[in-house]
Amino acid sequence: MSLLAGPEGPSAEAGWDHDHERKGFFTDTSICIGCKACEVACKEWNRNPIDGNLEILGSSYDNTGELGANTWRHVAFVEQGQERIEEARESGRKLVSLGMPGIGPKSSGPRGATPAGDLSDVDRTPPDTPEFRWLMSSDVCKHCTNAGCLDVCPTGAIFRSEYGSVVVQQDVCNGCGTCVSACPFGVIERRDDGTVSPFAVREEEDPRRNTASKCTLCYDRLVDGEQPACSATCPTQSITFGDHPDLTADAKQRVADLHERGMTEARLYGANPKDGVGGTGSVFLLLDEPEVYGLPPDPQVPTKSLPKLYARTGLAAAGMVAAVALSFLGARR
Amino acid sequence: MQDFANADLIVIEGSNMAEAHPVAFQWVIEARRRGSRVIHVDPRFTRTSANADRHIPIRTGTDIVLLGGVIRHVLENELYFTEYVQAYTNASTLVSEAYGDPEDLGGLFSGYDPETSTYDNSTWAYAGDPDAIARGLPERDETLQHPRTVFQILKRHYARYTPEMVQETCGIAPEDFEYLASSIAENSGREKTTMFAYALGWTQHQGGAQMIRTSGILQLLMGNMGRPGGGIMALRGHATIQGSTDIPTLYHILPGYLPMPKAGQDDFDEYTRLVGKKEQKGFWANADIYTINLLKAWWGKHATAENDWRYHYLPRLTGAHGTYQTVMRMLEGGVDGYFLFGQNPAVGSANGRMQRLGLTHLKWMVVRDFYMIESATFWKDGPEIESGELSPEQIGTEMFFLPAANHTEKAGSFTQTQRMVQWRDQAVEPPGDAKSDLEFMYELGRRVREKLKDSSDPRDRPILELTWDYPVNEHGEPDAEAVLAEINGRHISGERAGQPLASFGEMKDDGSTSGGCWIYSGVYAGGINRARKRTPGQEQDETAAEWGWAWPANRRILYNRASADPEGRPWSERKKWVWWDEESGTWTGKDVPDFPPTKRPDDPGDPGKGGVAALAGTDAFTMQSDGRGWLFAPTGMVDGPLPTHYESPESNIPNPLYPQQSNPTRVTFQDEDNLSSPGAMGAGGEVYPYVFTTYRITEHHTAGGMSRFLPYLSELQPEMYCEVSPELAEELGLEPYGWATIVSARNAIEAKVLVTERMTPLQVGGRTVHQIGLPFHWGRGESAVVQGDGANDLIGMNLDANTQIQNSKNNSCTILPGRRPRGAGRAELVEEYRRRAGLIPALHPQVDGAEGAPGAGPAAGGTPHEVRGPEEATAVPTGEPSMKEMRNR
Repeated sequence: MSLLAGPEGPSAEAGWDHDHERKGFFTDTSICIGCKACEVACKEWNRNPIDGNLEILGSSYDNTGELGANTWRHVAFVEQGQERIEEARESGRKLVSLGMPGIGPKSSGPRGATPAGDLSDVDRTPPDTPEFRWLMSSDVCKHCTNAGCLDVCPTGAIFRSEYGSVVVQQDVCNGCGTCVSACPFGVIERRDDGTVSPFAVREEEDPRRNTASKCTLCYDRLVDGEQPACSATCPTQSITFGDHPDLTADAKQRVADLHERGMTEARLYGANPKDGVGGTGSVFLLLDEPEVYGLPPDPQVPTKSLPKLYARTGLAAAGMVAAVALSFLGARR
Repeated sequence: MQDFANADLIVIEGSNMAEAHPVAFQWVIEARRRGSRVIHVDPRFTRTSANADRHIPIRTGTDIVLLGGVIRHVLENELYFTEYVQAYTNASTLVSEAYGDPEDLGGLFSGYDPETSTYDNSTWAYAGDPDAIARGLPERDETLQHPRTVFQILKRHYARYTPEMVQETCGIAPEDFEYLASSIAENSGREKTTMFAYALGWTQHQGGAQMIRTSGILQLLMGNMGRPGGGIMALRGHATIQGSTDIPTLYHILPGYLPMPKAGQDDFDEYTRLVGKKEQKGFWANADIYTINLLKAWWGKHATAENDWRYHYLPRLTGAHGTYQTVMRMLEGGVDGYFLFGQNPAVGSANGRMQRLGLTHLKWMVVRDFYMIESATFWKDGPEIESGELSPEQIGTEMFFLPAANHTEKAGSFTQTQRMVQWRDQAVEPPGDAKSDLEFMYELGRRVREKLKDSSDPRDRPILELTWDYPVNEHGEPDAEAVLAEINGRHISGERAGQPLASFGEMKDDGSTSGGCWIYSGVYAGGINRARKRTPGQEQDETAAEWGWAWPANRRILYNRASADPEGRPWSERKKWVWWDEESGTWTGKDVPDFPPTKRPDDPGDPGKGGVAALAGTDAFTMQSDGRGWLFAPTGMVDGPLPTHYESPESNIPNPLYPQQSNPTRVTFQDEDNLSSPGAMGAGGEVYPYVFTTYRITEHHTAGGMSRFLPYLSELQPEMYCEVSPELAEELGLEPYGWATIVSARNAIEAKVLVTERMTPLQVGGRTVHQIGLPFHWGRGESAVVQGDGANDLIGMNLDANTQIQNSKNNSCTILPGRRPRGAGRAELVEEYRRRAGLIPALHPQVDGAEGAPGAGPAAGGTPHEVRGPEEATAVPTGEPSMKEMRNR
């Protein structure tokens, strides 16, 4: 495990003196309706350019493809048959132990005007495995506890914010691209174009061109007390924003609820602080293995072994110094 | 919309709610979170299905068989809500002896006239003394045993709608039918409620209005009307379509659902009696008051009792004047000028080619929109220009494009399906020359009045006498709240002169009050814009009465008297909503009671008085002339008092239930560009073997005017596509994400191919039915970010006789791998298929698909049938120029 972030959380470790909780997203894909409002809200707020060549991508209703310099939210669409659904249910059952206290479904969150109602006769029988399902999931930068991009950035353009998020300062970035290969999720990318519209005048130079670019957790909204554009827009609260400990607790409760209803395919992604990136600021509830959604099953921050490496390098260097010194000493004799 | 969260079961049928209404769908998600069940019945597995407990694929256009099957199921197994049905519906009412059912007449109701293809509905009337019927007291048999009770007629009518018939007609497996039927039965009654939601998947059929009626019958039988988590949610085509019928942009109604007078209706009292008679039960007995207040709002001091409140200034209908009739008039050269407000008919209306050709016959046209939509540029870059058939030099239409302000750039209101009016404030000034519709209309009216000010022509008086005096701000924008205040109404004289009306109950018939739309009266009560109320959900109870304002009287659930039992007690603690409080002697509860506030549950009603006084304490359906929910509709529908299954005119499946193949009252227009496949009624039907159904997707908005011009939305769904099953793709060699050409009897288009298991071939009538999905958002024009062929080019102008809405959901086509020909080759391809199908008008005079069918009406060249409004036709004068060969058939 990397030691670049300590037990006090990433922002405290980064030297911020404040009382913010770490902020993050909880993306509950079990209630995502694939409307892509998050993608549009993100691009509108951040004035990000359009991607691609305006042709059908060939991936169900997904014409976005992947996260990148211009696309900071991406909704994946996965069509599955019965066999795969059963496998997902089985693999999820193994991941999550049952027996968590079931207090019934939660009422709606921050907007909730509606009480939970009488839940005594809620149907708890497991559903028949459907013959077919269509998964939708909105992906985003994970804002890792141990962020590879931040670790390797040579200019200091990438910093850990007071909210625990990882943000690129595009006016500092020199476009070296080291961060691109350091991200285990393939999120960060260098922007090669800066225009929003295909009708825009291409000669106008966009200062953000050729700089590294990714989700900022809407840093510019957070400092004004607003939540990020994507979660503010999500009509079904599939994307929620808040204090990381609360979100993680909600996420765990939701998995327990779904398991209780027989949906054992539900599992969390990014909620484990012992994983290869020290857990992520963006936590996901998935209904299948991460690979199905295009997420790495076991992400590892490339700087994970840096401290050990430095220690060994230091040791080796000391050894060399000692050897050289010894040889000189020896020569005097 | 939040009442979705109160439902125990939500059946979404004829709607792709998650995609078309994603914001409202949050309440469906909330219902599921609380443990409710959601069933989606749809030809396609959509994003709605993905968030439902079960998707049931259905052959498009067979919903009446499916729900008729559920009606049979609950009747045969006695699963209906007996006390509710007896107290609140017309189940016990006796129907006229002259009534004949389709079961006995080969699929037709009594009163059918094959010459005109219309019904005389006099035989559908209630039995009894005419005066008693007029007072809402027809003959009844409370035991429901009399063979002529509505209940027994209903039982016989649906007796053959068995699970086997459902399987054979809809392609729905018995397990799925059982799941649906038992889910509805188990989630209705005292303790639970089921809600239905539908949208254009029901309305856009020839017979679509009857599909909605079927769910209405089922919901009444199950006791789900007027109760929390019950009812039928009519999901609208886009924002404030509800508002645009309340205060209509339609030709056949005036604000508040008062009908537009027809030519010949020259007596004011006679007109108001047709709307509602003084002696009938309920609130429509005051139709005269609502009309007088509307006329006072429009003509102010000029409207007096002596001149019938200027009733004679209202235009008169000579027939149906819907958008399709207007296009036919254009093609005849009968329309000089045309205004388009936020509409893109070159892409969004059925038979795109005829739409565009119609526009070329205009002298001038004004397009008010955000972008240069296809209807503004068809004359230089439309499909007919590409094919070489037309060139800009040939088109004499003078085009005016006026940029419009969008909804964030102007103040105003949206009304949604639950009748809730929500105000929005102006956020920013419109850019450049863009102006709001309100400012444009106000200014246009001002200038027209200026030009006419010295006119002595009597026909100009209605315009010159109009109240047209809204305050404007420094940008020239009229105050939208002043319009709302006028709609709400005010006292004109008396001690409260000038004050806003508190409710429509304050309206008077003596000219001392005015109000532009009686059902909206109260939205500005006390001079407060109640539509602008935005108390957050956390700060109020679950009814959320302090968010927006729902007409009438801020009532969130209509007919909510039915949420209590006949004695006035809630049906159950769990579904408590409105009840009688003996102590205070009033109706009370979580909502504004939809009942005279102090009328006791055991009040027998005073039939001598009429109106509200005539309502008995159990007459929960206060707008109905007999106070009951109508299982059987003696009036109001032009194609039958009960929903009956007919096949779509282009269907290749013979009607499994009746010899009558298609709805006998359906409306079409005879034109070489508006041909139909004969379907099962002729050999040529097999030339178009596949069914196609059109739809919308989340990423785009209707005809694309608000989405294909925006890069962020265009990139999400950049290309026109079709959805086909793997089986059909395999059979025809369609390559995934390659090209296909779809050919109908009207036109041919190309689309990218999405091969997906979300499309399921169905086994029906001993054959495999393949359905093809086509989104309708794309069109041809150079101005948009993305363009593509338009699905509406494939669709004919074939209409439901009740609503004049086109059938977009159930048509026939063939599909071929590869792109369509360019230039003249496109028309040649269409012609080749028509020839094979026997659809060459010169060779086959009856090529509109009705050959040999009962109700085919007079042959081509016969007398054109008189055109009609959506209600029963009355007083249509002869000798009026009618639309080109429009016929019901």
